[in-house]
Amino acid sequence: MRNQDRVKAFLTLLPSIVLIAIFVYGFIGNTFWLSMTDWGGVGALAENPVKNIIGFGNYVELFTGFLGGGFRQDLVNAVFYSVMLLAGAIGIGLILAMLLDNKPKGEAFFRTVFLYPMSLSFIVTGTIWRWMLAPQGGVNILPTYAGFEPLQYSWLSSSTTVLTFDWQNLLQVAIYLVAAVLIIWGFLTIRSSQRRALWLLVPGVVAGAGAWIWGDLLPKTLFMEEMHGFNTATIGIIMATIWQYSGYTMALYLAGFTGISQDLRDAAMLDGATTAGYYRHIALPLVKPITISAVIILSHISLKMFDLIFAMTGPDNAETGHPALNMYLTTFRANDFAKGAAIAIILFLIAATFIIPYMVSSYKQRRTR
Amino acid sequence: MLLAVSPVVQAKELSGDLEIFSWWAGDEGPALQALIDKYNEENPGVKVINATVTGGSGVNAKAVLKTRMLGGEPPDSFQVHAGQELIGTWVEADRMEDLTPLFKEQGWMDVFPEGLIKNIGTKDGIWSVPVNIHRSNVIWYSPEKLQEWGVQPPATWDEFFAVAPELQEKGIVPLALAQNWTANHLWESVALASMGPEKWDALWAGELAFDSAEGVAAWELFGKVLEYTNKDASSLSWQQATDMVVDGRAAFNVMGDWAAGYMSTTKKLVPGSGFGWAASPGTTGEFMFLADSFGLPKGVKNRDNAMAWLAILGSREGSDAFNPLKGSISARKDSELGLYNNYGKSAAVDFSKNIIVGSLAHGVTANEGFMNDFASVMEMFLKSRNAETAAKAAQQIAVKNGISK
Repeated sequence: MRNQDRVKAFLTLLPSIVLIAIFVYGFIGNTFWLSMTDWGGVGALAENPVKNIIGFGNYVELFTGFLGGGFRQDLVNAVFYSVMLLAGAIGIGLILAMLLDNKPKGEAFFRTVFLYPMSLSFIVTGTIWRWMLAPQGGVNILPTYAGFEPLQYSWLSSSTTVLTFDWQNLLQVAIYLVAAVLIIWGFLTIRSSQRRALWLLVPGVVAGAGAWIWGDLLPKTLFMEEMHGFNTATIGIIMATIWQYSGYTMALYLAGFTGISQDLRDAAMLDGATTAGYYRHIALPLVKPITISAVIILSHISLKMFDLIFAMTGPDNAETGHPALNMYLTTFRANDFAKGAAIAIILFLIAATFIIPYMVSSYKQRRTR
Repeated sequence: MLLAVSPVVQAKELSGDLEIFSWWAGDEGPALQALIDKYNEENPGVKVINATVTGGSGVNAKAVLKTRMLGGEPPDSFQVHAGQELIGTWVEADRMEDLTPLFKEQGWMDVFPEGLIKNIGTKDGIWSVPVNIHRSNVIWYSPEKLQEWGVQPPATWDEFFAVAPELQEKGIVPLALAQNWTANHLWESVALASMGPEKWDALWAGELAFDSAEGVAAWELFGKVLEYTNKDASSLSWQQATDMVVDGRAAFNVMGDWAAGYMSTTKKLVPGSGFGWAASPGTTGEFMFLADSFGLPKGVKNRDNAMAWLAILGSREGSDAFNPLKGSISARKDSELGLYNNYGKSAAVDFSKNIIVGSLAHGVTANEGFMNDFASVMEMFLKSRNAETAAKAAQQIAVKNGISK
């Protein structure tokens, strides 16, 4: 009887297993294979184009080649972009949710207003914000209504770069980042377990100091100086994305807050907790899974960002470029299919670094339950 | 009537559909519509499907076209820039039909200039029917405003550099620039002025390296010109850059002569008094051309209808219906000049007398691969302003895309 159930279950799942195997994993494999070939250039669009396996040449070219500079800038943009989007959308969404959780007058109205941008497509958001951020319009002329001079900030075309680093020293920068993470993590655990904190702090400090002192001995990624950093022209795009997604995180958090029983809140208040104290010590720890899913969802959205940037600043714009846009142009405009596939695989791997730890932890949780 | 005597095209009453794929919309839409009307007059039984994908210079359309062609669903005829953009992409891939029989049958071998046919053909055939000729190296201005400021249109870049700081002091942008591709457009005019027509041709024939002294000098001059452009360029469309000149916020703008169509058709300005023009600085006597043309992909659904469409495009009536509205000139030697405005007449005269060179930004001299990579090189340069590196990068992409060795 039990076996029969298993067979039934297997047969029911079989079609989706087969389809997913082909259309998800098969195509990932195919893209990976393409990224190892030299499919591109003249005659790439023939009915049977010539493809030769060249190994990891495309990846090497993207990360260290002379002409990969555009891709590298796009990658740096994407990193800053993800971090700012996460901080902005989660922060604002959380604040909005807390405000609405206290049942102000017209709560339903505000909820609709904040959630509304979510229902728009990115291409619409992009078009709206392109007008809002136009050099002589929108946001820049807001102060004139109050009798002030208009702003001169070029939201989408500024060419200032801050937080610059040399791609040549990529390895050194990476070690610094790892060291910083270890040290911060160490300080966070110092109260709960001093032993563990020591295990984090010591390697962190050693790695950071080592990279600082012997940085010149580390192998260079490039043969020449190449500065990358946070382009201030991306601020406009980040603003538009936060506008679109903070309502969404608000809805997530609001659902979480509403799920906390009123008794718990009343009890906390009775024990003398302030509103701030209630959120800090009770509500926020309880909605931690929501924060994690918001991070996962937003980070992969920021990785596949395409239409918004296309609508706001167009293609070929190094200041606001993004690997996803670069992939499209490389593949469908330059007909360099192999290199486009390589960019796709890089994006896929970055997305995986966010998703896989999440899946592992949720799988573990389910098993211990 | 040429069409009436054409045996292949008018042999039978045509019916069914005809799907034509282009990036002509908005300001250029009426010109395309004039051609479609002409076609429907001759072939009332055919339903014309106007598959337009908007986006300047075909940025979006080309990508859509590619997915359709690769997916085995080619449009019956598609717009493409004449020259290497078609030849280096679709002809190399063996996806186009040779149109030589149509050219012979319609007597076009004699009415199109020889230099043009050479540019749209290879030793294996002729690959597209040119609808128009555009000039890329034109500088636009408002005569009224220039008079007010006491400035003459510059004949060389040195003359421009002499007046530019003065204009800047008055709060006027000396040279209006728009988003990315218009920087490529400006570059080709500056580079042509810097190296001259023979060296320009040598560059594309692979006889002159991009990182030679001449190549670097072109980037240096370009960097100097950029000093006098508006800072918000990357968020403007080419029309907005033209508007800056019309409104007197900028003194000059280098743009192709579709700007003439925009200013006379959309802005209702009179050529000569409402707006003025000259060859871009340092390129007097040179005509940098680009041509829109239509080709016939292999394996289309309505081949007969497509042939009839191509016949209209190449005909004198079709050409003269289209070009005055588009702001371009006819590719034919026998067009009716009376139909064209003052700008068109002057361009047609220049086309017959000047040295003709091909445009890079609009696909005559290089294939799609090079053009895409060149856009990245341009971005690299706009950021770093390093002429040496840009020239080296340009040479590398030329090698990669089979232009240089």
